[in-house]
Amino acid sequence: MAQVSITQRLANPTRFLGFSYYLMMGIAGLSAVVLTYGMYLAFFVAPVDYQQGHTVKIMFVHVPAAWLAMMGYAIVALSSFGFLVFRHPLADVSAKAAVPIGAAFTLLALVTGSLWGKPMWGTYWVWDARLTSVLILFFMYLGLMALRGAIDDDSLASKLTAVLAIVGVVILPFIKISVEGLSIPWLGIEIPSWNTLHQPSSVLRTDGPKIHSSILIPLLINALGFTLLFLAMHLKAMRNEILRRRVKSMRIAAVERAAHRGDGVAAE
Amino acid sequence: MTEFWTVLARDLKLAARDGGAVGTALGFYLIVVAMLPLGLGPDLKLLGRIAPGILWIGLLLSALLSLGRIFESDFEDGSLEVLMTGSAPLELVVAAKALAHWISTSLPLALLTPVLGLLLNLDVDAYGVLLATLIAGTPAISFLGSIGAALTLQARRGGLLVALLVLPLYIPTLIYGIATISAIVTPPGDAMSAFLILCALSLGSVVLGPIAAAAALRYQAQ
Repeated sequence: MAQVSITQRLANPTRFLGFSYYLMMGIAGLSAVVLTYGMYLAFFVAPVDYQQGHTVKIMFVHVPAAWLAMMGYAIVALSSFGFLVFRHPLADVSAKAAVPIGAAFTLLALVTGSLWGKPMWGTYWVWDARLTSVLILFFMYLGLMALRGAIDDDSLASKLTAVLAIVGVVILPFIKISVEGLSIPWLGIEIPSWNTLHQPSSVLRTDGPKIHSSILIPLLINALGFTLLFLAMHLKAMRNEILRRRVKSMRIAAVERAAHRGDGVAAE
Repeated sequence: MTEFWTVLARDLKLAARDGGAVGTALGFYLIVVAMLPLGLGPDLKLLGRIAPGILWIGLLLSALLSLGRIFESDFEDGSLEVLMTGSAPLELVVAAKALAHWISTSLPLALLTPVLGLLLNLDVDAYGVLLATLIAGTPAISFLGSIGAALTLQARRGGLLVALLVLPLYIPTLIYGIATISAIVTPPGDAMSAFLILCALSLGSVVLGPIAAAAALRYQAQ
């Protein structure tokens, strides 16, 4: 038997369906345990912020959601790259499955940010630089979903969506820098953020006070829990997508067989 | 390189002889800008303050409307396949077509802008810089737009979809176009560096646009 690398062996859809079930259940179980512990820490152990009061607890969902929104796009872009270069269908399945999950976490980050903003800023939405760039990320996710939905030929839709995802990941840093600004003191780079260009007086900062370890540790545990949740959902969505494609090809085969029989009957 | 000039001349000729499309884009731009005071009220001070933003966004939308024209008719009558099998690299052909779109649509829209500035009580100091930012920034509109046009060639509801795909890509260009103007009109601000970033974004999109659009076209020819 020819030597095959471990990634090649695992990339076989049938084998993937076999092992990913146990992997998914393991990650999902771990995620439940970590999230329960993280939420316990967040609600009962972490101190209440003297400025923000109990609203600081929104951060334990908001910050992991914002991280995962970006990680989701990275997964989509990497999978798309893998799909275009290696032409492996599983990479396309991974890209397709990650888009709605990433979009959901982006929406979660926007909604929790907005709920946090109401008591802090007095309004549900301000054109804060970071909120704005997360909103733009949400639009990019919507574009990926809309493009895939608008093209009837599935294999063409996969390729074009992959091109769009790669264009998006090339342009996203420029969007992020132009909206949020960039400051690298040791290189002498200082680009102001978008809203300071307009109104220097009303700069609002989401980073708030410095994070103390009593809040940072529960935050990191929650981030780990949500990341595991993302991975478990991603694996589940990939499995669903593989099964959906199998059902589709079986249906097409069944229709073809039926048409064939019909021909035979007609010929007799 | 001859192929580049041939395709450019052909597309410009087609655009000139079928003048309707450019006229429609100009008319759309005019009516969008004329609708805004009707919606916002005729307060000249307010209009003057927000005029650069209105003009930039109106131009983006009008150019967006005409992006479909870059590949659509060539795709339908099969001449795109002829161009793809030709000796010139597809990226060069796409670049020529995007450049033709810039000359035939984006540039006329940019040149119409000062006239529309009159309607919006735009600050006199801002005319020159507004026109400069539009001329420097509109190549990004045509070249990044060619990506959206190529991706949605076979899509249903292509016209609406292209707006959803392409508008986020225009955000850096819009931000630095407006930043340059507001640095001049309401100092202090560093107009020169914002303008140079705008030029850099345009040049970058001249590279990125044809590569991505050509990739998208190749997948659709298979």
